[in-house]
Amino acid sequence: MGYTLNFAAVWRSFDQLLEGLMLSLGLAVVAILIGALIGLLVAFALIARSGWARRPAAAYVTVIRNLPILVLVLFAYFALPQMGVRLGKIESFVAVLAIYSGAYLAEVFRAGLLSIPRGLTEAGLAIGLTPMQIRTSIIAPLMFRNVLPSLSSTIISLFKDTSLAAAIAVPELTFEARKINVESFRVIETWIVASGLYVATCSLIAALMRFAERRLAVPR
Amino acid sequence: MSKILLEIQGLRKQYGTLEVLKGVDCTMREGEVISIIGSSGSGKTTMLRCINMLEEFQGGHIRLAGEEIGYDHAGATRKRKSEKDIARQRAMTGMAFQQFNLFPHMTALQNVMLGLLKVKKMPRDEAHAIAEKWLDRVGLAGRGGHYPGQLSGGQQQRVAIARAIAMAPQLMLFDEVTSALDPELVGEVLQVIKGLAAADGMSMLLVTHEMRFAYDVSTRVIFMNQGVICEEGDPKEMFVNPKTERLAEFLKTSSFT
Repeated sequence: MGYTLNFAAVWRSFDQLLEGLMLSLGLAVVAILIGALIGLLVAFALIARSGWARRPAAAYVTVIRNLPILVLVLFAYFALPQMGVRLGKIESFVAVLAIYSGAYLAEVFRAGLLSIPRGLTEAGLAIGLTPMQIRTSIIAPLMFRNVLPSLSSTIISLFKDTSLAAAIAVPELTFEARKINVESFRVIETWIVASGLYVATCSLIAALMRFAERRLAVPR
Repeated sequence: MSKILLEIQGLRKQYGTLEVLKGVDCTMREGEVISIIGSSGSGKTTMLRCINMLEEFQGGHIRLAGEEIGYDHAGATRKRKSEKDIARQRAMTGMAFQQFNLFPHMTALQNVMLGLLKVKKMPRDEAHAIAEKWLDRVGLAGRGGHYPGQLSGGQQQRVAIARAIAMAPQLMLFDEVTSALDPELVGEVLQVIKGLAAADGMSMLLVTHEMRFAYDVSTRVIFMNQGVICEEGDPKEMFVNPKTERLAEFLKTSSFT
């Protein structure tokens, strides 16, 4: 193989890749924050005694988890406008990723909720806390600590899903890499550098999550 | 005689078709220390948990300090009180549990302060002072910064008692508080309860298997059997001369030494 690697063209456009990466991160952060809020509410609904809360929550999780995210992205961007809902590329993608993360995070949170002993709720009730106060002061903080290890892989996976925004021309990392690839013909180099950026970012997220896990661990 | 604090009339409770309380009647005056004894499945814990609505009940009345607990009655029908009302009524009692149930992500001090801050809406420094005072009273001065996981079972149970009693309840409920403890840690917890009864004149209802303790501390003992109160009276009298055969049998099998 007489191919010589030459990164010069990629380095010239490196700023573009970084801008793409920043947008990827921005999309992920906003979508995951909204998704976490959805996930928390849905998780409490999933363990509720009342079927009125449980059934719609279960339906949401089932439907979303059984759809490829690319289908959701294309549906939101191409089909919804036909039905009168017009969103920009970025808004449309963030909305989809938020709804998508909500379903996955709901499952993670639900598992965390189930591992909290019933006795803690009773102790809260016994001192006169309302069920809502118990959720916010006791259950949610404990649940969050319980799920940190599995949260890490879910968040990384959701971050990587931002690459699908390239399908609707959102200028995130994958989209920028494809552009540089087309303009410079340095195919191998471009994708090596883009991959490196993804790996580095994901490692950083994992490290941050491990740090949070250690910081928040309950002393014993 | 002191005022009536707690009145239970015809209390009935069932899980599905299983009837666990079949009409319990009981009156308790302020300052009384009543031990509830009986074999497992006799309904003693369930009765205790009905008083602070950790269990719903299907029939009868519970009145605490003159207030109807849990349900509003109108003629023959009744309606569960609002969640807010029930929370307020629960704060009239304090409860210590068999499994301690301390909040593991909070220090001992934070455990005791939580109710003062969130339920009593006390300013932080006032809550802090009260929490310190009660931790001191249960012999844990200087341990306020420890997390439950860093404390022994006996210490955890004493924090749990401080957490309940710091709320200044009118009645303390103790649900087999020494059953989950290693034998050598039982004494320190019973000592604390004894102190609260003697020094503070706290009204207490205790479900217990510690017959010696029931004998020493209680002003009255209630023996439950198959969902009803089978016999009650002065422990000095009851433990020596049981009137019913069931109690005589129970005392024989339990370790009263």
